[in-house]
Amino acid sequence: MSARIEIHDANKVFGHGPRAITALESADLDIRPNEFVTFVGASGCGKSTLLRMIGGLESLTSGNITVNGQPITGPGVDRAMVFQHYSLYPWLTVLDNIRFCRQLKAHTRDRTSADVEKASGRADALIRLMGLSHVAHAYPSQLSGGMQQRVAIARALMSRPPILLMDEPFGALDAQTREVMHDLIRHVHRIEGSTIVFVTHDVEEAIYLGQRIVLMAPRPGRIDTLYDVPLPAERHQDMKLEPAFLALKREILERIRETSGMKTDLEQLARLNADAAATAQE
Amino acid sequence: MSASKSTGGVSPLWQIRAAIDPRHYWVLALLGLVAPLLGWGVASSLDGVDKVFLPGPADVLSRMWTWAVEDGLAGDVAISTWRVVAGWALSAVIALPLGLFIGSYRSVQALLEPLTDFIRYMPAVAFIPLVMLWVGIEEGSKVAIIFIGTFFQMVLMVAEDVRRVPLAQIEAAQTMGATRGEIIEKVIVPSAKPALLDTLRVTMGWAWTYLVVAELVAANSGLGYAVLKAQRFLQTDKIFAGILMIGLIGLVIDQGFRLVHRKAFPYLAGRH
Repeated sequence: MSARIEIHDANKVFGHGPRAITALESADLDIRPNEFVTFVGASGCGKSTLLRMIGGLESLTSGNITVNGQPITGPGVDRAMVFQHYSLYPWLTVLDNIRFCRQLKAHTRDRTSADVEKASGRADALIRLMGLSHVAHAYPSQLSGGMQQRVAIARALMSRPPILLMDEPFGALDAQTREVMHDLIRHVHRIEGSTIVFVTHDVEEAIYLGQRIVLMAPRPGRIDTLYDVPLPAERHQDMKLEPAFLALKREILERIRETSGMKTDLEQLARLNADAAATAQE
Repeated sequence: MSASKSTGGVSPLWQIRAAIDPRHYWVLALLGLVAPLLGWGVASSLDGVDKVFLPGPADVLSRMWTWAVEDGLAGDVAISTWRVVAGWALSAVIALPLGLFIGSYRSVQALLEPLTDFIRYMPAVAFIPLVMLWVGIEEGSKVAIIFIGTFFQMVLMVAEDVRRVPLAQIEAAQTMGATRGEIIEKVIVPSAKPALLDTLRVTMGWAWTYLVVAELVAANSGLGYAVLKAQRFLQTDKIFAGILMIGLIGLVIDQGFRLVHRKAFPYLAGRH
């Protein structure tokens, strides 16, 4: 189960007239079936906007996005989404959160008893996959941030979506939890076979997870450079120290600095340091 | 425990937002209730303080006792409670669905919220002549005054509760293919429920504050009416008794709401 996403000249402008802000300018991108693509860039580069446009949560000002040739007109069950936080339903247990889509008409048309059985098997399998067996009947508020995101991922995977969209899902987690989540989501990609689009501002995360990296730049938000990640499909944490990994990380970080206006900040800092040194000498 | 590190010699009682010992909490809460009572007792027993000006706690208690056994306090309590609850419930029945729509659809918000904002500043008392003209002087008029005092605030609070449902919860449902009806039924309503119950609790308190106003309208029973009549005969102790009675009923109802809140939303436990 997988899908191709084609983005043609996608533009997004917020507001009207002189106050209009171009969040995304003329984005073109072709995402292959079963590809793991990461969007990375400084804030304001339009990476979340583009992801939300694929998800159908944000309309396009012009251009178009298609999934397997079909233009996107709104959210759909073929594109599941994982948010950074506050997306779980606090009044439902972990198990009921994961099974939430089974209450919706979109997932229960023409339901046979075999389907019901398959669905409950699916929920159990996801709970095991995500390591949630011991908290299946707990409420989200009783879980750590990392466990909550596991629930959110399991819920998104419940209906076997061909496309999984992830909007900085690990942005609020601590470094150790993130590493565990990285290996978990790589595993999910391998066994589920979905196309994954993953937004992050963390370059290391983008390289470790992605097969391809889409570097985006701000003012106006746009796609700047595409990088193929020179790592094998099977990945492990030690790879983060390999020369190829570090070289790509350096290259991307430099490009982000060049495009984000951080360069001027650095020049400013150098000037201030020089001033301070001069004052100290007097 | 982490607080003790940064105290710098300051007791936890005086640290901003620091947790305090539950025993200290109860001692202070009791003190907060007993101290004004004592102060009142002392002030009223001072020489030169007229009982008509300030009756003592004992006078008020004995008045409440005679009211209860000779003057039909229970009946007054019952009729007043009925009026308040009826006006408040009528508000809720209309305000809950209306607020849900104002909070869910910007178009409904644009249509109704400025109007509601405008009306809610109008004093309920000023509507008394109109209510008498339109509704008459029967029970309906008392309920109507309480409704007017409660409804417009309640609609706005319900709308605000609905708007506070995190957008991510709604968008997650959208990406799972939920229809608009399903989002309202399965996400917005259950998500807003705890806040809605709090809104009902707070507005119930406001409904009680309109009781005396409501019983200005050709009433011949009720706590508010009793207070107004006592004023005419300068029975200060009965005024005190009536006000205290309203306060006590309010306290009981409020605690009832809090109990229901705790029982109905166990998933909120430990998140205060």
